[in-house]
Amino acid sequence: MQKRFDGGPEIKRWLAGAMVFIVLAFVGSSADPYFISLMTIVLLFTFLGQSWNLMLGIGGQLSIGHALFVGLGAYSVGVLYVKYGISPWIGLFLGMIIAGSVGAALAWLSFRFEVRGIYFALLTIAAAEFARIMFSGWEFVGAMQGLFFPAPTGAIEFSMLRGGARFYYFVALALAALGIIGTELISRSYLGYVWRAMRDDEPAARALGVRTFRHKILVISVSAAAAAAGGGVLGLVQGSIFPDSIMGMGLSVDVLIGPVVGGLGTTFGPLIGSLAAIPLNHLMSAIGDNLRIPGLNNIAYGIVLILVVWFLPDGIWPAIVRLCKAIQAPSRLWLPHLRKAEE
Amino acid sequence: MTALLEVKNLSRSFGGLVAVKDVNFTLEAGRITALIGPNGAGKTTCFNLVAGSLSPTSGQVFFEGRQIDSTPPEIVCRMGIARTFQIVRPMRDMSVLENAMVGAFSWTKSVMEAKSKAYESLESVGLAGKANARTDQLTLPDRKMLETAKALSTRPKLLLLDEVMAGLRPTEAAGVVRVLQTLAEGGLTILLVEHVMRIVMEVASNVVVLHHGAKIAEGSPAEVVADQKVLDSYLGAGFHA
Repeated sequence: MQKRFDGGPEIKRWLAGAMVFIVLAFVGSSADPYFISLMTIVLLFTFLGQSWNLMLGIGGQLSIGHALFVGLGAYSVGVLYVKYGISPWIGLFLGMIIAGSVGAALAWLSFRFEVRGIYFALLTIAAAEFARIMFSGWEFVGAMQGLFFPAPTGAIEFSMLRGGARFYYFVALALAALGIIGTELISRSYLGYVWRAMRDDEPAARALGVRTFRHKILVISVSAAAAAAGGGVLGLVQGSIFPDSIMGMGLSVDVLIGPVVGGLGTTFGPLIGSLAAIPLNHLMSAIGDNLRIPGLNNIAYGIVLILVVWFLPDGIWPAIVRLCKAIQAPSRLWLPHLRKAEE
Repeated sequence: MTALLEVKNLSRSFGGLVAVKDVNFTLEAGRITALIGPNGAGKTTCFNLVAGSLSPTSGQVFFEGRQIDSTPPEIVCRMGIARTFQIVRPMRDMSVLENAMVGAFSWTKSVMEAKSKAYESLESVGLAGKANARTDQLTLPDRKMLETAKALSTRPKLLLLDEVMAGLRPTEAAGVVRVLQTLAEGGLTILLVEHVMRIVMEVASNVVVLHHGAKIAEGSPAEVVADQKVLDSYLGAGFHA
């Protein structure tokens, strides 16, 4: 009885996760270049969505300015590589440190002065916009003209994190896998319990000895550092970095669409949400171009968001889980040994 | 008997309203003390001042000889004072067991240790059988006991209970009384804010009566119910314990 809370379902979850990634790995080995590059973006935004999801879904802190951290990561990689020829690995590392520190500083200042909740979210927008405008006027980082990575030769250079579209697909896949494993490990560690307690009720968590001030700073810092890693790879994949696209409001919204559509605070939500939202966005913008209706993709985004919020308020992934449980429940009656194994 | 907690000349006002006025009392280790009084007497304010949720306007609170007033609640908790809330606050999408685990992370980072402590806490309040239930499946008495279990997981020396028996039927309250008695026998000091006089008579060894923010009486339950000021202000002339 005492041991029932672990066991069977856990292993099933990991197996299901592994299966998803094996399928995704096969996707990378076949398929046409357009599909590969689309899926690369899906997986990158899965990872970025996971970083955002960690902050809101588990830590309870809303950011609408995640582009700030994504941009810092992209610029760290871009400036070091384009200007000095330094390996993007070092750029990624530096970007994570910078974004993590900026996130921590922003959180410290904000919570020190009791700026919380939705006001903190507004502050993240302000910080992201401030950075965007600053980078737009900063000649050293290319200002409005942006930074361009040299065109890929197609040869895979692992030490410089350079290669063709397929190479970046697998880099993105590795990031998404790391994101899922990381989210799971954090949720199961004491941080996951403490952060969720803090998310649900801060005064109650404090009364139970949770030092919420430092934990809020920590979760925001970790989320920011992860977003920077995703941003660094995103810059490499796109081949160029412009302040308006990598630090703009649009990117902040793109980051949060995946987890919101897929399921807030869930491990697989960002993947499912990105899989649903990004191809739809691309499809709709292609149709919009053909029919000469600019902005059709944004309209579609809006409609999907409304439909999801209306019919599946907790996202697509929890709905899938409920469906699977409903299907599994009767079959268990026929497999008593399975139930025994679980106990 | 040594004083575990000492409240000295404690006052707190909100704007012009004086909620707690020059209150003094001490808590003896291993005993159950009840804080009673009519609505608006300042019981919960007093409670929050001890728990660190509020800072006093003047006066001090000492715990094990250390001054703890104006200390943030998370630090007060880590020093050994755990509290419950009047409004039950279970954490959504966490099981009963997981709820009870959170408090344990104030002294350990091991999930396994937290789990076994949470089981122990749930067992001591009679909820071990429902460890895997979701919190929204619990009845009100169970939820109140979960609040107590959450507090117990922090390994407190002093437990502050804010109206744990409000809204419970007599039989349910009797169960809670047994739990509190067992905890006190185990050496835990308990301060409870309570409305139900019959229960106070049963569990408390010491009673502090507040009225309009000031302490008007203190003593054993029998002494307090015989006190004329208490009868006039709170219990009413017709009270028979």
